[in-house]
Parts: sequence; structure tokens; C-alpha cells
Amino acid sequence: MTSILNVSPSPHVHGTETTRKLMFGVVIALLPALFASVFFFGTGAIIVTATSVAACVLFEYLIQRFMLRKEVSITDGSAIVTGLLLAFNLPSNTPLFIIVTGAFVAIAVAKMTFGGLGNNPFNPALVGRVFLLISFPVQMTSWPVPAGFATGYTDAVTGATPLAVIKEGIKNGESLSALMAKVPGTVDLLIGKMGGSMGEISALALLAGFAYMLWKKIITWHIPVSVLGSIAVFTSVLWLINPDIYAPPLFHLLAGGVMIGAIFMATDYVTSPMNPRAMIIYGIGIGVLTVIIRVWGAYPEGVSFAILIMNAFVPLMNTYIKPRRFGEELKNG
Amino acid sequence: MLKTFPLGGIHPPENKLTAGKAIETAGIPASVSIPLSQHIGAPAVALVKKGDTVRTGQKIAESKGFISACIHSPVSGKVNRTDSLIDTSGYRQEMIVIDTEGDEWDESIDRSPGIKREITAAPAEIIKKCHEAGIVGMGGATFPSHVKLSVPDGKKCEVLIINGVECEPWLTSDHRLMLEKGEEILVGISIMMKALNVTSAMVGIENNKTDAIDRMGTLARSFSGISVHALKVKYPQGAEKQLIKALINREVPSGRLPVDVGAVVHNVGTAFAVYEAVQKNKPLFERVVTVTGKSLARPGNFLARTGTPVSMLIEAAGGLPGDTGKIINGGPMMGKALTGTSVPVVKGTSGIIVIPAADAERSPAGPCIRCAKCVTGCPMNLEPFLLMSLSAAGHVERAGSNKIADCMECGSCSYICPARRPLLDYIRLGKGSYIKLLRERKLKN
Repeated sequence: MTSILNVSPSPHVHGTETTRKLMFGVVIALLPALFASVFFFGTGAIIVTATSVAACVLFEYLIQRFMLRKEVSITDGSAIVTGLLLAFNLPSNTPLFIIVTGAFVAIAVAKMTFGGLGNNPFNPALVGRVFLLISFPVQMTSWPVPAGFATGYTDAVTGATPLAVIKEGIKNGESLSALMAKVPGTVDLLIGKMGGSMGEISALALLAGFAYMLWKKIITWHIPVSVLGSIAVFTSVLWLINPDIYAPPLFHLLAGGVMIGAIFMATDYVTSPMNPRAMIIYGIGIGVLTVIIRVWGAYPEGVSFAILIMNAFVPLMNTYIKPRRFGEELKNG
Repeated sequence: MLKTFPLGGIHPPENKLTAGKAIETAGIPASVSIPLSQHIGAPAVALVKKGDTVRTGQKIAESKGFISACIHSPVSGKVNRTDSLIDTSGYRQEMIVIDTEGDEWDESIDRSPGIKREITAAPAEIIKKCHEAGIVGMGGATFPSHVKLSVPDGKKCEVLIINGVECEPWLTSDHRLMLEKGEEILVGISIMMKALNVTSAMVGIENNKTDAIDRMGTLARSFSGISVHALKVKYPQGAEKQLIKALINREVPSGRLPVDVGAVVHNVGTAFAVYEAVQKNKPLFERVVTVTGKSLARPGNFLARTGTPVSMLIEAAGGLPGDTGKIINGGPMMGKALTGTSVPVVKGTSGIIVIPAADAERSPAGPCIRCAKCVTGCPMNLEPFLLMSLSAAGHVERAGSNKIADCMECGSCSYICPARRPLLDYIRLGKGSYIKLLRERKLKN
């Protein structure tokens, strides 16, 4: 025997899955929502997305290359996903310096300070978005109304989101039935013909991404279904109690950021729990908090806050909520 | 819907290249090295010394204690020496080296070709014969079979489960054995049923071996109490606890034995060995070994004597390819990489897989992205990511309370990890430390 044999412990074969494949799988799943956004908001959607992705990747590169002086891992695709998700949480007319600021907060503050991929407790894109929402409340809440593909970046006409219309109206004592006539109908909400963050509008496009990720086994059903389910149940109860002041459950599910939150933001690997039991509890927590903020809070929309709050509980949940292990002694059995 | 186990599991590429290759008898080597420990438990004690003449099938080492197994000479010839040599695990151990002269079998062995179906031995006699014949679990775990056939006092075995799953990729030795020695296996199963005092036995076979399912199913009709079940293809279905769950939907509690849920599991290869021991008085000194690999010229299934050098089987399969980077004893998921080809085939050698250098290296590991694929892939529903970090940090107690001892080292977590993290390497380390800790504690009390 002249050559030297490789002696490593088992297993000696490996699956074909890689981190990069998973990340680019998420990118593919986000494409339908991107197309919907470009279709309704025009060139602004492209500019915001490109700026956000480029800034996120660039900040990650600069930090890894010049501050940490370690191997640059931007090719793993995680910064691209963060960039896309951040863009999807912004209005399509967001000024470029605001986008770059958001990307810096997302990558430099929320991700790299904690040790980079896999170590950040809070969803980087959401930290970026919430930072911007608090720092630039005016720019972050002037939502272009969907005016079609030909709309330019700066000439968009802005208006309130359906959730804001309802929230303001209820506060001013208007009746819900009158308000519901002012907001887009169910079909428009489904396809995304409404004002809002550029990626959150089309429920159908986001659901297509969900189906793709389930098919490719990128995520499991647990988190999205428990978020959507708990919102549906909670708002149904409220609506049944008093349909004059509480909006119907379908409206809550389709308006605002529930879909993108449940499907893409809450399911972020790094900041969500790691076993199905904890995932369901986490999802229900997000759903309940979202409804509480929407109905009784100061903001018309609560998904991003709800997810960030539940992110904080993830380490605790991973420690105390365990999967039911095989052969574990069952109580009373 | 085919039956299977519910939690976790993976689908590695099957690569069963040798499924259609009939069992060939490998040649008798000029010299054999017989390790004294080819089983779980205490090593056997040599009965022969340098210069002794031995016959094929003669007992050359006696089992020491209850959990141990006898060892028999696979050839006839003269004992050259006992020596400390490298075995399939890469460590040195005592081996008896025998220089072959002819092939003269011990006269007590019945070498007539017919199949003997009538079972005359009483249960106690069956167990004694299995012990005397040195039979161990042939699936690879090599646990002495007479121990598993002796149901402890106060426990009751309700069903005998026969493992024909062969869920490891590449391996086909059990598959070929079921096709070619089906009737003998079924007689062996009946013998074990008698020893265990059960009336029913279930043979589980994965659905990628439909010919074996058909063959065994047809043959089983003339045996009372034996049923053959097709199982959905999923690794690690051949693991004892997973197979019991798949077939009778019972969960062996953590830290307990299959017999605690009324089941005893044996491999089809073991059933065949039991047949030969009880009906033909033939001890265990040869077995079917799959020799396979992408670059091998003539992969196949070989009936090889124990002690045969691995190099000789690779020669029989067309010689060692120039691009070889790794040689595995066993399957690619749980087998051990060999340090060289001079090591001997032992009772637990189900396959030899020759891996090209291009596939022999691991990919570099990236950071854990907490995707939880290791959790959903774990057939025991453990948390491999957590067990790895606890093991790496030396938190042995916490690893223990997170059930590290329940890990059977199937490798599903390492296989499925997108960041290619060496999960099982660390878990194995932590599991070892935890079991050592438990033992020390037991000694103190």
C-alpha cells in the first residue's frame, strides 16, 4: 500500500444541501413578490431593492475584509437575503441614504457585532427596518399608492395603507363598514393592489414563495401556519364580539405585513426556534402580539415588532421547550 | 402506505451496485489472522498455541463470561503465532495467525447439501449451540446472539423481529442472502422463535428489494407464524428501535432494551448463521461480504472466511483502483474507515466499500445557521446542534440531560447539515465522556 488512506469517522457520505443553496432558495422564493412589487410600484421597487442588496453585501464584505480580517463569506448568500428582506420592508420611494443607513444597521449592528451568520439574536432586516421607522418616521410611512409599472422612483403619489386607514378611522369614530368601503377589496389585497412596503403587498406572490420553500424543504410549515392561524383565530373572536369596530380576520391576514412576516421574516433560521413544539409557540406569540399592537397599540402595523419581541424569547424557548424525544417516558403511560 | 418509523430519517443515494451479483465463494487465504475480539463484550481466550494443528471449524478461542463469543478457525493448518495486529477499527489487538494447509473440516460439521427443516433441538440446546458456534449479530453490531435469545427473568418476548432492512447504501449482502438462502433463513427464524418461545415473527424488508420481499413472502407461507413486511425506504430503518417502531408501533423507552416492549430483533444474516449452527452444527467462520465501489472493476458479494485479508477480497473484485482515497468497513453511514488493506474480515464485516480520493475528503464546515435540519433529521428527535456545542464545551452533564446517550450514531445529522458541520464527531466525543462519567459514578456508589 503506497498511497495514504483517508481515515475519518462516519458518516462517509454527505447530502447535497449547502448553506448557499438554502439562501439562494430563499432568494428564488422572494422573486414572485419582487415581480409583484415592480408591477405595482415601477422603477422605485427596482432601485430600492438593488440599493439595499448592494449595500448589505458591501457592508458585510468591508467588515469581514478590513475589520475582522477573516475569510470573506459574502458568497453564502445570507447578506443578499437580508438585503432583499430589508428592501421589501421599505416604501418604494425610500431615499437612498435611508436605505444605506438601514443596511448598515442591519448588517453591521444587528448581524456582524454578534459574530456574523448564525449568531445574531434579532432578525437583521427587521432591526434595520425598525431603526429606520423610528429614525425617519415621515419617509418610512409615506407609502406610494400602486400606480403601475411606469411609475418613476420619485414621482409616486403617496397615501395611507389600508391598516392605517382603518386605525385612524376607528379612532375618529367612523363606522367600520364605511371604512371598509375606503380600503381595497379582498381581490386587490390578494394580488397586492394596495399601498404599503414594497414586498409585503401581494399575498398571492408571497404564498407562492411559501409553497416553493415547502417544496424545497427550506422551511417547515410550523411557524407560518401558527402565525397566520393565531391571527385568524384572535381576530375572528374580536370580530364576532363586535364587528363594528374590529376588522374581519381575512382583512387582517391580507393587509399589511402579516404574509411576508409569517412566511419570510419569522422563519429566519437564525432567529427562530429549532424544534417544532417551540416553533408553534413562537408563531402563536407573534400572531397574538401582532393583533394586540394592531388593535390596541400606537402603530397601525405590528408584525415587525411582534417578531423582534419573540426573537428575544428564542434562546429561552430553545432551552426550555424540548422536542418529544424518541422513547421518552410518557406521563401516565 | 408502506410502514416506516415516524421521526426524522434521511434518504442517501442507494448505490446498490451489487444487488444483482450472486454470492461467489472467495478463495481460502494462505494465512489468516483471527482477532480474539470480534464481538461486543469480553474478548475470547485463546485455546491454541504456536505449533498447534487446527481444522476448519475447530474452536480456537473460548468465550469469557456471558457477554462474549467463541471463535473458530476458518481454515485448517498450523498456528503460526499469536500477535498484536491492527484490526478493522485501526487499533491493535491480539490475533491468532494460522498458516493454511489444505481445507480439512471438523468432522462434526454436516456438509451435506440438503436443507434440514425439522427442528429437534430444545430451546436450551438452541441457545447453547448458538453460544458454542460463536454467533453474533451479523448486521454489524456483533452483539453475542445467545444473550439476545435468553430472555431475562420477568420479561416476556411477544414477537421476534427479523431485520432484512439493509438501509445502509451500497451494501447488498443481506439482500443476496435472502434471495439465495431464503429457506435456510426461515428455518433459522423458526429455531429462534422456538428458543424465545414466541409464535410470531415479522421480517422487515425495505421496498427497494422487491425481489427479496417476494421471495421471502412466498417461502414464508410454508412456515407457521412468520410474516414478511415491505417497509418504506428510509435510513436508519435498520436501527433496532426504529425497526420495532416501524413494524409494531412500539417505542423502546430511553435506556431500555427491545425486550421491554416485548420484542427481540435479529438480523437475517444471524438467522442464517443460527440455521447453520443448529441444523448443520457449523460454527460461524464465514460470512457474505459486499465488496463495492464506483471505481472497482468487478464489485460483488463474496462468501469469505473470517481472517481473510481485505486486500484479497479487493483483488477478487478486480483489484484496488488507482484513485482510491478511502476504504470503509461496513456501510458509508456507520462504517469505519480502514487504515490499510491487510486487516482481516471479521464476523461483523458486512461490506468493504472502496471510495475514490475525490469523494474521500470532507467539505470544510461553515457556521451553524440554526436551520434545525439536524433536529428534524434525527430519528431519536434529539438536538444534534446543541449536543455538539455542549460536547465541544465539555458540558458533559448537560449533554447527558439532553439525552446524548440515546444517540445511536447513525450520522443523519452530519449527513443533512447544510453547513457541513461535524456534528456526530463531537456527539460521539460527548457521549463517550458522559458514559464514562456514569460508570465512574456507579463505581463510587
